[in-house]
Amino acid sequence: MAVSPAGATGSLVILDPTDESAPDARTALERPASLDGLRVGLLDISKARGDVFLDRLAELLAERGITVRRYAKPTFTKPMPPDLRREITTECDVVIEALAD
Amino acid sequence: MPTEERETVTWPADGLVAVVKQDCPTCRLVEPVLAGLPGLTVFTQDDPAFPAGVADRRDDTDLDASLALDIETVPTLVRFAGGVEQGRIVGWSRAQWAEFTGVADLGEGLPEYRPGCGSRTQDPDVAEEILVRTRGGSLRARRLEIAALEDEAEALFDRGFTDGLPVVAPTPARVLRMLEGTSRKPDEVVAVVPPNLAEATVEKVAINAVLAGCRPEYLPVVLAAVEAACTDEFNAHGLLATTWGAGPAIVVNGPIRGEIGMNWAGNALGQGNRANSTIGRALQLVIRNVGGGRPQEVDRAALGHPGKVGFCFAEDEEGSPFEPLAQSRGVPAGRSAVTVFAAEGPRGLADQISRAPESLARSLAQGLRSVCHWKLPGGFDASLVLSPEHGRTFREAGWDRARLHRELDELLLLDRAEITRGAGGIDEGVPARASDRPVPKFRPGGYMIMYAGGGAGMFSAVIGGWAGGPGGSAPVTREVDPWR
Repeated sequence: MAVSPAGATGSLVILDPTDESAPDARTALERPASLDGLRVGLLDISKARGDVFLDRLAELLAERGITVRRYAKPTFTKPMPPDLRREITTECDVVIEALAD
Repeated sequence: MPTEERETVTWPADGLVAVVKQDCPTCRLVEPVLAGLPGLTVFTQDDPAFPAGVADRRDDTDLDASLALDIETVPTLVRFAGGVEQGRIVGWSRAQWAEFTGVADLGEGLPEYRPGCGSRTQDPDVAEEILVRTRGGSLRARRLEIAALEDEAEALFDRGFTDGLPVVAPTPARVLRMLEGTSRKPDEVVAVVPPNLAEATVEKVAINAVLAGCRPEYLPVVLAAVEAACTDEFNAHGLLATTWGAGPAIVVNGPIRGEIGMNWAGNALGQGNRANSTIGRALQLVIRNVGGGRPQEVDRAALGHPGKVGFCFAEDEEGSPFEPLAQSRGVPAGRSAVTVFAAEGPRGLADQISRAPESLARSLAQGLRSVCHWKLPGGFDASLVLSPEHGRTFREAGWDRARLHRELDELLLLDRAEITRGAGGIDEGVPARASDRPVPKFRPGGYMIMYAGGGAGMFSAVIGGWAGGPGGSAPVTREVDPWR
């Protein structure tokens, strides 16, 4: 491989400034055992027919007495806007994200 | 950036090896000469198709052979026998090449002499990668990857590495350059850092110094400050965990102040000087990142203060009416040292009228008395930063630091009637006792006097501390030179 100033993948390597007691990758939260009493969000990433799936999911959840909040990304081609992410994290305990095509 | 094991480059144990690059006019000039030398191995640094006509031409665009051969100039011709280098020549000189190769009539029609060009290993655009490749193996810290789509500054916030202000990404190259600021080995342990009692190696301190924005020449000061702050006497754990708002501050003495461009003049306790701002910050980032001391976690401060981002300044030794603080604390004259002490934010003490030292000392004593609570003696330490316009009064009167301490000690004997609970309509105070003996405001050695600041302004500053002595925190002085 030739010498080049940029990293091959465009990623940046840094050295851990901590005592390294925490895992280097962030892990997902534990799944809740039940949705009772939790604030549930449904996130449509705006891919075609994702809304069909989420509408049905909302119906099924409503049968269990769970109301949901609906969110949608402006476009599935780009990362979620930070404001939307913040909105979801403050308004929901769990979020169900739909990917359809 | 590749720092992993790389294949070892080899070349014939006997014979001639040349290192060239197409970009070098002298290398292009000698292209036909190289083609005519029997049994020659050529490593080419840029264009693998250059030079034409050489049978054993090897691609060295990754510069491994050039680094292994320690090439500084191209063309370089090296002779090996039994795997051992016998000699080398650089550039082009017909006579030298003829003698070195044993081939007469080399380079018909070429000029007699042309200097070589710098080896590609010397190019600034590859300096960083080569630094990491050649010395990155000395680094032990876990490597973390920030993905291409992540914003680097945001990623460092997200990972919790910052004090709330942006930090500099601690890339291996930056950390290696930082480590050039000390002769100590990266894996040497500097201190065990509270609250998690994690070992801080020279490398970990260097990583945090990069985060803080330090230059490599500040590193010895940071290392000495970490050493001082992690002593039992300083008790960084207690200072962190208390609900009181003080944090560690650093005052620097000795030649290193000037060498690294610290500020002890106007705005000495304020912002605007890189060394002052980043050295104190580096210490706090070590406590945060290595020690795990974070606000609202083990840092239980009810209020804190802005200087907890970092609080570091230098003493004005040249202008001071007193000997340097470090010398008064046992460091030999002319040596550099840090003194770490518990500090709240500084508060100004104005006295624009006093011209007699006795009067000015009374003003200063009033300010010192207010530390913690005007009615509470004996518990908290403090520091007094004397400004030049106040220092002048003591210089002209011939008062040294010890004299000022003696006078202040006398003035800071508190009248028990004033400080008893309920006195002055304030419930806070000391319990009523039969004795009416005055009570000293500070424990013996419980306040330090420093000298710094701009030339105009009859304002000194008092810096409140925290519980002093064995049950709290005592200032600690450590020399910087052992960390250079």
